[in-house]
Amino acid sequence: MKLLIRGGRVIDPANDIDGIMDILVADGKIIEVNENISDEGYVLVDAGGKIVCPGFIDMHVHLREPGFEYKEDIASGTRAAAAGGFTTVCCMPNTDPVIDNASTAIFVRERAAKSGVVNVLPIGCISKGQAGSELTEMAELIAAGCVAVSDDGKPVKNAALMRNAMDYAKMFDLPVLSHCEEQSLAADGQMHEGYYSTLYGFKGIPAAAEELMVSREIILAELTGAHVHICHASTRGSLEMIREAKAMGVDVTCEVTPHHLLLTDEIVGSYDADTKVNPPLRSTEHVQALRRGLLDGTVDCIATDHAPHHMESKDCEYNLASFGISGLETAVAAVMDGLVNQGLLDVEQMVQLFTIGPAEVLGIDKGTLDVGADADITILDPTMVKVVDPANFYSKGKNTPFKGQTLKGWPWMTIVKGTIIVNGGKIV
Amino acid sequence: MKLEQRKDLLGIRDMSREELELILDTAIPMKDIIKRDVKKVPALRGKAMVTVFYENSTRTRTSFEIAGKYLSADTVNLAVATSSVQKGESLRDTIKTIEVMGFDLMVIRHAMTGTAHYVARNTNMRVINAGDGTNEHPTQALLDMYSIREKKGTLEGLKVAIVGDILHSRVARSNIYGLSKFGCEIRVAGPSTLMPPEIEKLGVKSYYSLDQALDGVDVINVLRIQKERQQSGLFPSLDEYANLYMLSPDRLLRAKDDVLVLHPGPMNRGVEISSQVADGVQSVINEQVTNGVAVRMALLFLMMGGSRDEITN
Repeated sequence: MKLLIRGGRVIDPANDIDGIMDILVADGKIIEVNENISDEGYVLVDAGGKIVCPGFIDMHVHLREPGFEYKEDIASGTRAAAAGGFTTVCCMPNTDPVIDNASTAIFVRERAAKSGVVNVLPIGCISKGQAGSELTEMAELIAAGCVAVSDDGKPVKNAALMRNAMDYAKMFDLPVLSHCEEQSLAADGQMHEGYYSTLYGFKGIPAAAEELMVSREIILAELTGAHVHICHASTRGSLEMIREAKAMGVDVTCEVTPHHLLLTDEIVGSYDADTKVNPPLRSTEHVQALRRGLLDGTVDCIATDHAPHHMESKDCEYNLASFGISGLETAVAAVMDGLVNQGLLDVEQMVQLFTIGPAEVLGIDKGTLDVGADADITILDPTMVKVVDPANFYSKGKNTPFKGQTLKGWPWMTIVKGTIIVNGGKIV
Repeated sequence: MKLEQRKDLLGIRDMSREELELILDTAIPMKDIIKRDVKKVPALRGKAMVTVFYENSTRTRTSFEIAGKYLSADTVNLAVATSSVQKGESLRDTIKTIEVMGFDLMVIRHAMTGTAHYVARNTNMRVINAGDGTNEHPTQALLDMYSIREKKGTLEGLKVAIVGDILHSRVARSNIYGLSKFGCEIRVAGPSTLMPPEIEKLGVKSYYSLDQALDGVDVINVLRIQKERQQSGLFPSLDEYANLYMLSPDRLLRAKDDVLVLHPGPMNRGVEISSQVADGVQSVINEQVTNGVAVRMALLFLMMGGSRDEITN
């Protein structure tokens, strides 16, 4: 099948393209990107007034399958991704069983091929059983399709094991993803430690709990020469260390989430557990630092840390509630509305942070409109205005602190390998 | 004036000075009722209230119960320890179950911050927060303010020291929010590990030295120190704590001659307060308990539809 996407503003940061162009797609590949393409026998997509980009990549999602299908499964999670404008997602290994071996990774990919609607690239564990003591068989994980390793929510406590993990992963150019949290400092904390934790009477999680571990990972990356990627960096100190390490030539990259870029700890005063997330929503000074990091290249990509939860684990006492935000379906709109429309981030920069940015972190052949590349394409409607209503989410996780917000600028069409998955913001 | 427009009382922080004054003023005639031989008025006849305490309590639960009874409300206590909560029933289901029995008002205490707010959002009953985690204990602050105002005639401009574990204290937070609305100069004193971050942004002065904090104050509110805090490494020993922060007769000399000493109870005598001070002439600790009943009567009365004029005329 042929598609001709006509008359949109094509933004492809990897190829330095920004202009009104047409894109011709056939057999799942990009055939041509040019002005006024003429051809025949195609399905026309009128992209006038729209922004046409390489397919967006979210390198940090939790699809919950296998094991926690009541929270999310690959079918619902990938539909949420597509509706949110993502054509590729990387799923974290904290499933049950965890993705610490080739067969579980293969299961995830096979399920994704059968029931999913976007590309799913699994992330394997760093340690067997996420237990933090023995390394996983990384070569086998790679062979099974894993693009990175991470123990995610169970940060590797033992510095020697992390050193070995980095040293070993380096052989395969495999990025080591680190959820940076010194758990003895974060223990029992419910929100960012600061003025608002004092005001609202919560035990806080200090910025230092993240920063201590960021500093360790940078030091170990320098020691080993490995590529370490800091997940959901959320503090000014983390950004400063990453900026400095990059300048020193350390192979460190990082992602930030839309919620850390757009929300502050002040909203925890609602005592609504949809505001509960780890790392926690930070204070304004940290939010400002993250935004500066987007502009100066310290931040490599935006990732959602999509963490869908079942209603019962959010509709309860705040302390008992699970951490996490269902982020796939609001990420792009929230960034468009809160940063791009406010003049705080160029749309080209945003596209980079959702496309070639994460692709380069992972070393995957995605995130561009190169001729011959898979036709993964995200089309945004910068004029669409919608209220965030979790009841309409494709995700099973309705947990979002963005609920009720009116946002302008939404994903309009999502094309995966030449097939239109989402049209007008809805799954086809 | 009534308090009817307010469905719940969850914290002092979001209350106006006028609302606080209304409650304190209404508590004055309520205290008279407690002193009567026949301590019963029909003000809340036909109303039903339930106390639900997920944490232990002597004073607060009993005083809510007797306050309701003095006003002729039907009062039920849910014994959490012997309830279906022990079978794993969720808070949401427990609340719903109670609500459909027809209660007008629920008093809830819970070990977790924000739980009263959660309950209030999920029920049509009126909700009074009787303490939520380390957040607020609004009726304690009301009775503290009542006790101070009764003795001093006013709250305006008083110097009040709050001493002890400020970090974990819902009593401290509610007192800070309340007293600051009346123009008090508030000082907090305690070890640095028990001082919340950026506390001075709440409009208080913080001290590590108890002697400095007590200098010239009109009121000292001594907080209970929980022994678990020592075990979790926040201070080295109860002995050292007592050496640094116990309110003793010597230290009391730093305050004004007519200083009032408050303590929300239960006390650790010899740790945060010496027995001489606890039982001394400046202590209003026992009277606080009586005032607690009066203030809670006022609150129940105002929230379940009473007008202050009804009780004074």
